[in-house]
Amino acid sequence: MSEFFASQDWLDTLDIVKTEVPLAIWETVYVTLISTLIALAIGLPLGVLLAVGDKDGIVPLPAPLRHFLNVLINLLRSVPFLILIVVVAPLTRVIIGKAFGTAASIVPLVIAAFPFIARLVEGSIREVNPNIVEMAQSTGASPFQIITKVLIPESVPSLISNITIALTTILGYTAMSGAIGGGGLGKLAINYGYYRYKYLVMIITVILLIILVQIFQSIGTKLSVVSDKRLKK
Amino acid sequence: MIELRNLTKTFHTADTTVEALKNVSITVGDGDIFGIIGMSGAGKSTLVRCINMLERPDSGEVLIDGVDVGKLKNKELRNTRREVTMIFQGFNLLMQRTCLKNVMFPLELEGVKKADAKKRALELLEIVGLPDKANAYPAQLSGGQQQRVAIARALATDPKVLLCDEATSALDPKTSHAILDLIREINEKTGITVIIITHQMSVIEEVCSNVAILDHGEVAEQGRVVDIFTHPQSKAAKRLVFPEGEQEILVENADYRLRVIFGGAKAAGTPLIAQLAREKGIEANILGASTKAVGDKAYGNMLLSFADEASKDQAVEFLRTVNDISVEEVEV
Repeated sequence: MSEFFASQDWLDTLDIVKTEVPLAIWETVYVTLISTLIALAIGLPLGVLLAVGDKDGIVPLPAPLRHFLNVLINLLRSVPFLILIVVVAPLTRVIIGKAFGTAASIVPLVIAAFPFIARLVEGSIREVNPNIVEMAQSTGASPFQIITKVLIPESVPSLISNITIALTTILGYTAMSGAIGGGGLGKLAINYGYYRYKYLVMIITVILLIILVQIFQSIGTKLSVVSDKRLKK
Repeated sequence: MIELRNLTKTFHTADTTVEALKNVSITVGDGDIFGIIGMSGAGKSTLVRCINMLERPDSGEVLIDGVDVGKLKNKELRNTRREVTMIFQGFNLLMQRTCLKNVMFPLELEGVKKADAKKRALELLEIVGLPDKANAYPAQLSGGQQQRVAIARALATDPKVLLCDEATSALDPKTSHAILDLIREINEKTGITVIIITHQMSVIEEVCSNVAILDHGEVAEQGRVVDIFTHPQSKAAKRLVFPEGEQEILVENADYRLRVIFGGAKAAGTPLIAQLAREKGIEANILGASTKAVGDKAYGNMLLSFADEASKDQAVEFLRTVNDISVEEVEV
């Protein structure tokens, strides 16, 4: 055992961990959070719109628009993330100025995440008891008030747990974006583990990713439970 | 005053059409507690939802104080809905809000200042008997308490009309009784018009002064509860008033029957059958009997059979001399 800790391999790994891992963790976390936030800004209203936009919903959307949104979301959701990165590269170049690097990885991440979030939000909103919506209508609520004062507040626990799912999925995607030079733990794993055969570094980054997912998931679950007033006894 | 005129509503599904309402006309006076009763599927819920246009009738009019609600623009309709509020079988409270915030909800929609809304909500919680539950969440309350919060919420906008859609059906008899008491109390204090939808005759007997009986989408009968209870005319009404099916009691050999209906204390306190036997020498056989409280009076009915027509006729003569009693011949 002591031989292992004296080996050059271990010393190199230790060196890499000390110099590169803190930055990589930071990049992973902030790219994940920023991407989720932007994706949420698009996906939340879109998901709500899909949920209330049914033919007999509270804000019926014109059928062509409804179909278009559904097809768009299904289309984006069916493209594998690694392919999506390449496909949207021209768009990324327009928005960020370049198609690779940490900032550039946010564009495909958002494009992959917002349709996913929209579907999750749609599900959360649809879970709200339709009788409560009827109550709001009978009380004289406008469609906008029903959305802001009934549908969204009533589905907060479900929204939090769904956004947590999105967050951990996006965390996984950020690791993949290491392939195009997106910073973070993914890049570390690919650069050292795959290109330079430093398996130890790869194992450590994988463990760190697992820990990050655990932390996000625990916080999300906790928040969801705490926010749910139905569970108060 | 609420006038429903010739309301018709048909639901179309893939392979069936259901006529939920057929030419329904009902008038409800101001300050009345009006019951609409019918079996499941009679069209009650559709009817009550037509009053505030949650459900649009295919034809017919809903006039509230002379205003045709069906012709109102969205915004006007929303204002009308604040004057015609509703409570539900499932209470329909916002589960993520405290009771206080639930009662404040309609005021919030109207844009009432928060401090004023809170003051009003606290008053209302006091009225419904839950002043200490302001900061509790609905999940922490019993069904009866949740319905009280829902009533407070329904009263927040000072409505003219309260619609109760099977409001006590999910509650046990004792709680149901307490909720109906509260509704009557509020009606007496504020003069609010109450429309109660139910499938239980007991609810109608307990609080309603007028009733319409809905049967397969049609009004089978309507009028004062006392009249309908004592002299049901339609088949649907008889089924509700005599749920035990007293009508159908079978006796092998043909006999002569009378239904004796008594209302009020005098009749209830008279030993009729004994008098009949002692004074007239007529023997009556009791086939069935029941008493019920309608409003604050006791009403009852009794089905008697006699051996021959002569004794039946004599019995009619005698019974008609007693106050608060009416007699009806029943075809065998």
